[in-house]
Amino acid sequence: MDVHAEAFKEEAYELLAELETSLLELEERPDDSEVVGRVFRAMHTIKGSGAMFGFDAVSEFTHEVETAFDRVREGFIQVTPELISLTLQARDKILDLLDNGGDGQDAEARQIVKDFQRICCCRESCQTETSAPKTTGSGPSPASGSRTYRIRFKPVPSLFVSGSNPLLLLAELQEMGESTVIAHLDTIPMLDEYVPEECYTFWDIILTTDKDENGIRDVFIFVEDLCELRIDVIYEEGDFEEHEEYKRLGEILIERGDISAEALNEIIGQQQRLGEKLVQSRTVEQSRIDAALLEQEHIKKIREKAQPKAKAASSIRVDSTRLDNLVDLVGELVTVQARLTQKADGAQDPDLLLIAEEVERLTTELRDNTMSIRMLPIGSTFSKFRRLVRDLSRDLGKEIEMTTEGAETELDKTVIDQLNDPLVHIIRNSLDHGIESPQARLAAGKGKGGTVHLSARHSGAFVLIEIRDDGAGLDPEKLRAKAVSKGLIAADADLSKEECYALILAAGFSTAEKVTDVSGRGVGMDVVKRSIDNLRGEIGIHSELGVGTTITLKLPLTLAIIDGLLVKISADFFVIPLSMVDECIELTREEAFLAKKRSMMTFRNDIFSYINLRDSFAISGEPPAIERVVLANVKGERIGFGVDQVIGQHQTVIKTLSNVYKDVSGISGATILGDGTVALVLDVNQLVQDNTHGA
Amino acid sequence: MATAESSETNQYLTFNLDGEVFGLAILKVREVLDFTSITRVPQTPQYMRGVINLRGSVVPVMDLRLKFNMAETEKNVNTCIIITEVELNGELVVLGALADSVQEVVDLDASQIEPPPHMGTRLRTEFIKGMGKHGDGFIIVLDIDRVFSSEDLATVQAAAPQIADPV
Repeated sequence: MDVHAEAFKEEAYELLAELETSLLELEERPDDSEVVGRVFRAMHTIKGSGAMFGFDAVSEFTHEVETAFDRVREGFIQVTPELISLTLQARDKILDLLDNGGDGQDAEARQIVKDFQRICCCRESCQTETSAPKTTGSGPSPASGSRTYRIRFKPVPSLFVSGSNPLLLLAELQEMGESTVIAHLDTIPMLDEYVPEECYTFWDIILTTDKDENGIRDVFIFVEDLCELRIDVIYEEGDFEEHEEYKRLGEILIERGDISAEALNEIIGQQQRLGEKLVQSRTVEQSRIDAALLEQEHIKKIREKAQPKAKAASSIRVDSTRLDNLVDLVGELVTVQARLTQKADGAQDPDLLLIAEEVERLTTELRDNTMSIRMLPIGSTFSKFRRLVRDLSRDLGKEIEMTTEGAETELDKTVIDQLNDPLVHIIRNSLDHGIESPQARLAAGKGKGGTVHLSARHSGAFVLIEIRDDGAGLDPEKLRAKAVSKGLIAADADLSKEECYALILAAGFSTAEKVTDVSGRGVGMDVVKRSIDNLRGEIGIHSELGVGTTITLKLPLTLAIIDGLLVKISADFFVIPLSMVDECIELTREEAFLAKKRSMMTFRNDIFSYINLRDSFAISGEPPAIERVVLANVKGERIGFGVDQVIGQHQTVIKTLSNVYKDVSGISGATILGDGTVALVLDVNQLVQDNTHGA
Repeated sequence: MATAESSETNQYLTFNLDGEVFGLAILKVREVLDFTSITRVPQTPQYMRGVINLRGSVVPVMDLRLKFNMAETEKNVNTCIIITEVELNGELVVLGALADSVQEVVDLDASQIEPPPHMGTRLRTEFIKGMGKHGDGFIIVLDIDRVFSSEDLATVQAAAPQIADPV
């Protein structure tokens, strides 16, 4: 497929996503003409560019929807839930046409088109009369708010004597809104005639503000008698809608009284650029013309602002593989930089050290910037779920509202991409199993409608995503009984509440008595767990019977580069993610021996689990006399990892281990050290899990 | 580089393993490196020597001698790592193979290669594509895809933590 068609498709996907959000918004506020406008524009763009790039089926189909929304815009049709549902359906159809081609003539498409036509016609015939007066009101909004003024402030020469500082006045004006200030300096005399205590300058200010003329006059209240003040409104919002161009230079000058109409006409007779001509003929000073030109500029700027369409593109579209390449390159740079630093540290050359430090600073900045390019707000994912919740709650006959929080929280693109499916699963589960039917809710003394709350927020190097529902909650006893009957745990297993909740993540576990197509057959949650594990994240479940369930996903901000703690066992290097490390302590051989025997250790009167990495990795060799223990925080529990030596902090560029090693557990990747050797990155969670099962 | 239309090239890189001469289709070979330090990955079979840093990427290395039930490769000045591109479960994977020494690139006509004998070789015949005649001796032409993908390459050795009784 050629590049342009590809670009169109990408644009269309974005528009469709936006369309979905707008439609759902419209459902809540059917009278919002701005949202209607947005829906219309999205349809219009898809239609237009679709036709341009040969997606005729898409274009034709979209045309019907566009027509309907044109009618809505004009006020002939009202926004009804039916219309929204239909448009959402149409949106999906457009997506389908984009993805799978087709001529848009199949039964489904025809039905949608027919429905649209029906809505258009019937509403039109019965509502033309009643809605007609409404339309006039919803026309272009009346000039509210901001106006643009031209202010000429010409103080008398003795202004300074009164103790006024004109600059302060100007500063005050600038605070009132967007402004352009032009100082006229042409009346300043030569130095020998210059009286430093007199003010020779005067100013033209073009100010766009929502204050009225009196508000502006108030600024000058103390100097009113000491100056010549002229304030004209030159532009009002909503004004000039028909004018393509703002006033021409000559008109501005006349309006300002800088030149008379007759003199101007005389000069215009000669063909040349007006500005140059005026200066040449000495009718007007250069500075006055500059001021007039600036006024043109200012208005142009204000108008561009008023019309969002005209906004210059502030972002560019980049192929994500290019970004990945960039990240790879930065990763290599970080590695090389680490080598440089290591070399410089040993060389005892202050100049080299200085360079190395400089490179380190730049590399860190470059790394952070590159990573931030890949960061995307999670909001787009959230809005996708709005639709899911809406459709599902209808299918299930439940009244469920979704609220979101922290949609602006940013996450690495790779993480967001991989987060979609797990979140869908969790939300489906909440809707299907969590939130009760309206009858059951009323019986339980709750409101008829349930709520699913999605929130995201930063917490250190992690992002916490929370899915909270106010449904029935999980019953630990029921979960336990189920797990026993499925043979997942022993009948006499002693499980805490949290461990019972965690059972729903086990493979082959499904509590819903009735299997629906909504939340699958119990394959869901263990898949969720695996996906989150792959992202090096954690799942936390909290629930209260009858009150609701909260599922928390804790995810690393980025997958590519982390801060790690470099440790050494025998001759091998390992990296432990620094975000998990609490502290490092020492164990003597006797203590270590005891700790190994019991898989437990004591420190500051606390008891921790202890995992000796030398043993779990079957690394041969004699451990040193004093062993180091890295205390890590794993899912809220502190666990000690026995190593030979702690080297220090290391900026770790994570490389994937080859597919060959995909089954190796406890290792999540590899990284390259300053001297070019490879160190393995530990998957601490997995290590703990493996050791727990082994015990 | 001359790209012959025929899918099979008849050029082979020959190398030594424990006194035997082996051949590897040149199209599979990416480059030959000097021996560098290898980082062992825990819980993997012994013949998976570990990973090396190949200009920023992490590449697994296999000890062919161990794989073929010979003694472990002793590092010396001739030891090298042959970087190959292997098809593993439909994916192209870059893998390194340890060899005692690399010799030369030879031309072998299809007629010069005979099917592997059923007995008389030290290694499993499924790894062998054929026996090539070259000069006075034989070249064992390897089917490198099979060597790497066979059975337990991806499987983790049941981590038998050798926590022997403390002495």
